Amino acid sequence: MIFEARSLGFRYADAEALTDISLVVEERQRIALLGANGSGKSTLLRLLNGICFPSTGSISFKDRELTEEALGEEDFACRFRRSVALVFQNPDVQLFNPTVYDEIAFAPLQMRMPKEEIQAAVGAMLDRFGIGHLKDRAPHRLSGGEKKRVALASALAIDPEVLILDEPTASLDPESQSGIIEFLIDCQGKKTVITSTHDLEIVEEIADYCFVLKAGRLVAEGTPKQILAEEQLLRDTHLLHSHRHRHKGITHSHPHIYQHHSHG
Amino acid sequence: MDSLARTLEHARFCEDAALTQGILQRLDPRVKLCGLLALILVAVSARRLEVTLAVWMLGVALASYSCISIKVLATRTWAGVLAFTGLIALPALFITPGDAVLPHWPITWQGLITALRLIVRAETAATLAGLLVLTTPWTHVLKALRTLRVPTVLVVILGMTYRYIFLLVRLAEEFFEARRSRMIWTLSRPEQRHMAGAAAGVLLNKSLQLSEDVYLAMQSRGFRGEAYTLHDFHMERRDWMAAAGFAVAAALAFWGGFL
Repeated sequence: MIFEARSLGFRYADAEALTDISLVVEERQRIALLGANGSGKSTLLRLLNGICFPSTGSISFKDRELTEEALGEEDFACRFRRSVALVFQNPDVQLFNPTVYDEIAFAPLQMRMPKEEIQAAVGAMLDRFGIGHLKDRAPHRLSGGEKKRVALASALAIDPEVLILDEPTASLDPESQSGIIEFLIDCQGKKTVITSTHDLEIVEEIADYCFVLKAGRLVAEGTPKQILAEEQLLRDTHLLHSHRHRHKGITHSHPHIYQHHSHG
Repeated sequence: MDSLARTLEHARFCEDAALTQGILQRLDPRVKLCGLLALILVAVSARRLEVTLAVWMLGVALASYSCISIKVLATRTWAGVLAFTGLIALPALFITPGDAVLPHWPITWQGLITALRLIVRAETAATLAGLLVLTTPWTHVLKALRTLRVPTVLVVILGMTYRYIFLLVRLAEEFFEARRSRMIWTLSRPEQRHMAGAAAGVLLNKSLQLSEDVYLAMQSRGFRGEAYTLHDFHMERRDWMAAAGFAVAAALAFWGGFL
């Protein structure tokens, strides 16, 4: 078991963000956290990444509780940070280094990896994401898709066991989106990946198991097929919308349904 | 809004100029940083005006060999410095006691020399500092500072400040664009001041939120209060020769300016 949350709650100064969340994430599982905007997905991801701590309940990583004290210990903090990487929804938050090269090298440097290993890891990431030509560029001069690729490369430079992604395809053009989805498909069986999204079209491709959040509460869980079949649940959680269009002069509307299909 | 756009344009111009293949652009940033800093120190402390002028001319010559035209220096560096320093130096013309330039004029020769010395020193320092910025990517300046033992925290803060200034400038630009898109007539001065104050408040809030998120992002990637950086500069023959050139020029200016 990688993560276990027990009756997890989190409160911001003015609002309750998460209430009574219990979940388990197994090794090499690909998880999708589904929920509308403001449902608490990003907060839950921050708790899983150990950059926020629960107000109530507990969360543990490989049976070690994630607390400020635990992450204050150098050994555990190093082990945890090397194992779990988070890609933020807003790449501008994550890209704080002067160049793309420095950005990708940041995490390995903080882990005190040897210089040769860092250079090799950065080179591998630049090649893998096709961003070698951007290595000396300042992140503020990149396009949205390029920023996202750099953010992903910088999270993966330490080859983490668990990758957490906060709405990785939000605001991206179709080509950049498909690049990220292909990457997540490639992760199957290799890494534990936890992705938050409200894009139902990509769920079956990027996840083996889903948790559905509504107003900070866990309201359902199951395989993508099971979740996508629950039309009322998707309506209640604002993940499904009615599609209005015209046929031969008649306007009508029906829910936008995502149907699974397989080959062979 | 125009000034915000100009800020971004100026930064882009500097970054593009730093990537051209001039004589200074090809040098190791550490050599440039130390060499130009030494020349600035000597030029601003020299007692003789001719020496400061000579260092200024050396800066202009270096600029022309580094694909930076006199027009660029004049518009982007000299004009601003002249306006600012000129304003500061103006009273010296009148209050410095000495011989009048013309009979019954309040301006004295001594005041004129003092004002001129101040302006020439400021222009020389700005030219040399401008050369560093125009011929070196900011990231390399930061890296050079780090190799010269400037504390890591300071270098990291400088780097992040530079990075996030752009985000905030862009954000401010979007505020003003959004406002302009919803306006029918021009606002009165008090209304403009009110809007600018409100925008500044929102920007401050956003920058606080951003700084908190950036800190979390740094923590998430293993930052525990001490930042580590990679240094991969290599001194080549031309860098050693340039270092020697800077040393000789600074020594000559020092000798000429003080002895």
